[in-house]
Amino acid sequence: MATADGYDPAVWRQLSDDLSLPGIHLPEQYGGAGFGFVELCIVEEELGRALLCAPYFSTAVMAANAILNAGSDEQKSRLLPALASGKRLATLAIAEDAGDWNPSRIQLVATPADGGYRLRGAKSYVVDGRVADLMIVAARVAGPREGVVALFAADGDSPGIKRRLLESMDATRKIARIEFDDARAELLGDFDGGASALSRTLDQAAIALANEMVGGAQKVFESAVDYAKLRVQFGRTIGSFQAIKHKCADMLLEVELAKSAAYYAAQAAAIDDPQWPALASLAKASASDAYLHTAADCIQIHGGIGFTWDNDTHLWFKRAKSSEVFLGQPSYHRELLMQRWGV
Amino acid sequence: MASISEAEVRAEVRAWLKDNWNPDLPLLEWRSKLADSGWGMPQWPREWYGRGLSHALSRVVEEEFANVGAVGVARTGVRLLAAATLLEHGSDQQKKKFLRRILTGEDTWCQFFSEPGSGSDLAGATTRADLKGDFWIVNGQKVWTTSAHHADHGLLLARTDWDAPKHEGLSYFVIDVKQPGVDVQPLKQMNGHASFNQVFFTDAKVPQENLVGRVGEGWKVAMTTLAHERRGADGLAPPSRRGTRLGRTHAEERAETEKANQPYTWYPQRAGRVDLILDRARETGAGKDPYVRQEIARLMILSKSAEWTARRARAAQQQGRPQGPEGSLGKLAASHVARACARVHTLITGSAAMLTGRESPREGIIAEILVSVPAVSIAGGTDEIQRNIIAERVLELPKEPRFDTGPFRNVRKN
Repeated sequence: MATADGYDPAVWRQLSDDLSLPGIHLPEQYGGAGFGFVELCIVEEELGRALLCAPYFSTAVMAANAILNAGSDEQKSRLLPALASGKRLATLAIAEDAGDWNPSRIQLVATPADGGYRLRGAKSYVVDGRVADLMIVAARVAGPREGVVALFAADGDSPGIKRRLLESMDATRKIARIEFDDARAELLGDFDGGASALSRTLDQAAIALANEMVGGAQKVFESAVDYAKLRVQFGRTIGSFQAIKHKCADMLLEVELAKSAAYYAAQAAAIDDPQWPALASLAKASASDAYLHTAADCIQIHGGIGFTWDNDTHLWFKRAKSSEVFLGQPSYHRELLMQRWGV
Repeated sequence: MASISEAEVRAEVRAWLKDNWNPDLPLLEWRSKLADSGWGMPQWPREWYGRGLSHALSRVVEEEFANVGAVGVARTGVRLLAAATLLEHGSDQQKKKFLRRILTGEDTWCQFFSEPGSGSDLAGATTRADLKGDFWIVNGQKVWTTSAHHADHGLLLARTDWDAPKHEGLSYFVIDVKQPGVDVQPLKQMNGHASFNQVFFTDAKVPQENLVGRVGEGWKVAMTTLAHERRGADGLAPPSRRGTRLGRTHAEERAETEKANQPYTWYPQRAGRVDLILDRARETGAGKDPYVRQEIARLMILSKSAEWTARRARAAQQQGRPQGPEGSLGKLAASHVARACARVHTLITGSAAMLTGRESPREGIIAEILVSVPAVSIAGGTDEIQRNIIAERVLELPKEPRFDTGPFRNVRKN
């Protein structure tokens, strides 16, 4: 957390070599462990709980799923094994300076050149963008298929790419602004599938993030209840006051409801239930609110000590805050949910 | 019993139904056969109108009944709670006197627990029963009594010892409702319905043999009743609606159910009617407003998550896994959903939310939602009591200091 890279390479190696986590959801033919999306979400829940600082969400959830959804067989075979083994880090760049997660607002342009493409424009809020070896970039095509949004793959250190680490309030999630000045890139898959692959990837990311958030929410909730049993004021443990008890009961309810939404959406996505994109928005909005409320209440129950740097709650609170807006605020997802339900 | 197989039970119940089931029998005659054969309550003991079958084998019986469209024993109201309580704590004489007529539907029951002075704090009951000669003489007032106006017997929790601590001075009785000392009055609710009664006892008499359990053990016996109430499903599910159901037995059963359900037509509205929200948003055009859209989405997220949480709890139960905290949250979640529904229905309905009856949208249903929802967070344990239960039993937070210990006589009351 305290480094610019934002992770401990030794831990990342263990997580990759001993547990094969970066490729848990990838088919074995691409070097993965052969499990599915539900298992990926279970891992995410635990990582959220532990507040792991590692390029997992960027590499495994965002980039690997983007390649899986958009790439040709040849591209998947070429690009995925190094991500599955944790040897290369990757990310997916969507939002730009306006911070908008809606693909229709993408302005970065991909122009055909020498059998490939050149990217021009800027991306921002790119998770682990500073350390990614491989960048999947959502761009608007110039030329024959003017205006179509598609996904492109670029090497992180190719000429024409300039990265700057942004000062992020949540130190456990590193974000970067990336400038593309005629940087070389290859198209993932074809134009026809680009937009739907991006949309699918974003919805999967929202569900994975929801599961990560409920893991974090569970953790801060437990921390609040444990403290309420320890802390004595007015000659009683504060957990014996109804004001605190009722707050704890409400926290439990909100966390359990958000868990149900996150689990249900994960399963729906795994079996390709026609409702699942709507449920992605539902789960994201639910988990965002639950995590933030729980983290804020956890600080409240801790009282003054909860506001200090000495107490770790602030780390989860900041992750809750960054997760709340990352991939779209709750209000954005509630509106998306209504549209997807045809209202 | 121990070694009886599913196939044997199936064959036996099939044969019995073949010989006995006739949809044109009078309901009472058919139910008498059910009670005497034990097939109506197969999970009850053999000596008391059952067949001593396991829960799983009783389901087999239920399936066979459903297959031929046979009517089951009477189940309306609190009769099966009364039966479960008597089976566990009643004397043989009480079982003999009451159980059969519960199953046949000849007697209707009600429950005299809540009082104006003790709602959440049920054990603080002050209705008194004093032993005089061979009778307990009952004085006091009960409230929220469902079906008291057509009940024959009531389950009564009354104080018999004022010097004992609160929970130890109560006793449990079966009281005859149709006697001069029992005055049943309907209780009009804020939504205009009168689904419950308040009941006044003035020197009402209970014969000594109607004491259930021992004197001073009323709280323990009441806990049995409440446990069955919470479990909801006493034994088997309600009879299946399969088949033509055109026989006389079916018609009489339908009339019985209609009579029992008549006071509760507003219960769906009490839960908020989330099912109407999206249609109402479309038909009124309110669904175009960005703020209303946000509020609808919030409500739908809450409602869906509550539904999935209940499903998680059921799945855990079915798989025999210990239920997590999700099992204790249903009532509180339902209360949140209902209140959110009332808020969003108002947003969607606008000024027409000032109307009621036929003037109100959807033939008064919307107005009925708005004035019925406040019941959800009170009935069957207030939200505050639910939160205490969750905090103390699930989260194991310490209890609050008590002020109701020592002789009940000295405890502060309403």
